[in-house]
Amino acid sequence: MSETKIITGNETAALAAKLCKVQVIAAYPITPQSKIPETLSSYVESGQLDAEFVRVESEHSAMGVCISASIAGARVFTATSANGLAYMNEQLHWAAGARVPIVMAVANRGLGAPWTILNDMQDTLSQRDTGWMQLYCRNNQEIMDKVILAFKLAERVLVPTMVCFDGFRLSHTVMPVKVPSQKDVDEFLPPFEPVYELDPEKPVNINPVVMTDPLPGPDGELCPSYMGFRRRLQETLEHVLPIYREIGKEFAERFGRDYSDPLYRYMADDAEILFVAQGSVASEATAATDILRERGIKAGVIGLNIFRPFPAEDLAEATNGARVITVFEKGISYGYEGVLCSELKAALFSHNGHRPEVLNFIVGLGGKDLNPQDLVMAIEDVLGETKEGRKIRTPQWLGSGV
Amino acid sequence: MATTLELPGEEFILPGTRTCAGCGLSIAYRYILKALGPKTIVTLPACCLTILHGIYPKTPIAVNAVNNTFASTAASATGLVAGLRARGKNDITIVGMAGDGGTFDMGIQALSGAAERQTDFIYICYDNEAYMNTGVQRSSATPLGAYTTTTPVLTKQQPKKNFLKIMEAHNLSYMATTCSSYPGDLYEKFLKAKNKSGTRFMHVASPCPAGWGYPASDTVRIGRLAVESGVVVLYEVENGELRLTGKSLSIARSGRKKPVDEYLKAQGRFSKMPPELVAEFQKEVDRNWEDILNRAKL
Ligand SMILES: Cc1ncc(C[n+]2csc(CCOP(=O)(O)OP(=O)(O)O)c2C)c(N)n1
Ligand code: SF4
Ligand SMILES: [Mg+2]
Repeated sequence: MSETKIITGNETAALAAKLCKVQVIAAYPITPQSKIPETLSSYVESGQLDAEFVRVESEHSAMGVCISASIAGARVFTATSANGLAYMNEQLHWAAGARVPIVMAVANRGLGAPWTILNDMQDTLSQRDTGWMQLYCRNNQEIMDKVILAFKLAERVLVPTMVCFDGFRLSHTVMPVKVPSQKDVDEFLPPFEPVYELDPEKPVNINPVVMTDPLPGPDGELCPSYMGFRRRLQETLEHVLPIYREIGKEFAERFGRDYSDPLYRYMADDAEILFVAQGSVASEATAATDILRERGIKAGVIGLNIFRPFPAEDLAEATNGARVITVFEKGISYGYEGVLCSELKAALFSHNGHRPEVLNFIVGLGGKDLNPQDLVMAIEDVLGETKEGRKIRTPQWLGSGV
Repeated sequence: MATTLELPGEEFILPGTRTCAGCGLSIAYRYILKALGPKTIVTLPACCLTILHGIYPKTPIAVNAVNNTFASTAASATGLVAGLRARGKNDITIVGMAGDGGTFDMGIQALSGAAERQTDFIYICYDNEAYMNTGVQRSSATPLGAYTTTTPVLTKQQPKKNFLKIMEAHNLSYMATTCSSYPGDLYEKFLKAKNKSGTRFMHVASPCPAGWGYPASDTVRIGRLAVESGVVVLYEVENGELRLTGKSLSIARSGRKKPVDEYLKAQGRFSKMPPELVAEFQKEVDRNWEDILNRAKL
């Protein structure tokens, strides 16, 4: 049985971690994520959660503690944002290479300079290539559900996972959240069983120097080279999506909410013009679609439940009928265009998709408000232009002012 | 004090390590592991110790080891402590061990944090006074007047950072200085450290023939000269009380501390030192020695 609570995204993330019975938490404060470690430390200090809470002196150390606690066999959770995530960068690569199933909540925030404490997604998009899986949430219910899903998935494939959600927009906004019962979560997510134990009788040297060519072990069998280890990480990630679907189905059967599709779809089937977006932008696009449909424009939304591994095939298939695709992003690969936009184009190319017009809008950086109305106006502008006018465009910045 | 022959026969470093011949670190590590025993997990960053731990898929080290990033040795140790405690495993000694670069410089933040939180582990800094693994660059542990590859013309113009004072300011349950040339003293201090709880800090002066410029066969002699001239002082601090030990205690009693000249002359890294710098070096050593004698009430 679940109960419904009216809570913020941060409270949701902390409560989800508690329901997952995390054993070690190491986290450092940064706006807008701070409420997560605060809430978790109060759970631990009041005895509601039996876990070690390490009040580290930096995010670099937070991830350092998480990596080794996971190697010691514990279920591990942390949370951060923006500069905190960037400060962890070296450790993120290390965690993925070490194959430790850490789950990290990220309340998305823009990166300095100049300073902003407000939301965009530059922080997690910049960590795309670390080897972590990335799930994105549209609302607080998804934060609850995706933290639970993330542990199940991460521990199954031994890849660390970020659960990303918009800072302030979700982290500080109360919404009704169905909170699953402890019993249901326990049954869905049994205790973490480490693959190996650090046994004094059988000492090992974990994550040592590895050479460029395979070398024989004590029994003469060849062991992986550096590239061999790294290839295994990629191969695992290439096989994640079917597992994600399977776990999503199991989740749906137990909790009644279905994430088995790597994509969120809203009126996408017959849409001629599609929004493609992640996180709360997909929610705004959903509202914009309702308005556009009322005005007779066949709009629809494709959102990404999971960004890494990238659901390229699903995306190519889902956008097949659209004439125009508009990618709205809270982040950019400076010097080129929005990351999701490039990846969508690559997916269409790789999967022999059709050739829609793909337009890119950079929105909501540093907390710039984004309303469904803004999206509606952007679409009406696009439709009012000639095809030639649309083609030459670099990413359009919406609402950046002077 | 135990003589070398009386120490346990069990070896945790098997033959065939990749360190240079005459490496002070490998001598010290042998006795450290004898004292700590098999129920030890060592976490280590990039440094010469990584090389000593061998190249995948083989290792000559017979205790569990977890490699970590350069700045995060104490954080990694904290994670091992937290993870094992969360799983009810309380009989394992957690050790974070790093070089001077991974301690005095990049590791200081994580170490200070872990020590302030009174994390239950032993932190070992083996000090070869430069970044050896990357090719003998200067660290903040490099002494005044030493040649390194990043102080190639003028030599280092600043004295060594007094890191021991920084660690003392953390009010640790136990801290001690040791030197690879005095295995008995080192062994006893590590036994003591093992039986305490909270953060324990161990400094291991580790001569390095490759980086210091002396023949590999002289490692023990160089370490002894360092202690005999008071460049390295052997002591321990427990509950704020400083006690001289071993050779340093007998020098203090006899008053026969050698001048630093012989120590400096034996090493290529000091060959460019002008007499003024030697005098300054001597003054620094004497000041530190007096300070420690006062604190030891000798
Ligand atoms: C973040 C980072 N910066 C730089 C390095 C390169 N690096 C590897 S080992 C090392 C020096 C190690 O010096 P020290 O800790 O004194 O150990 P030693 O090699 O002298 O034994 C450096 C700079 C690194 N591994 N990580
Ligand atoms: S460089 Fe120095 S510390 Fe490193 S292995 Fe060689 S002798 Fe030992
Ligand atoms: Mg060094």
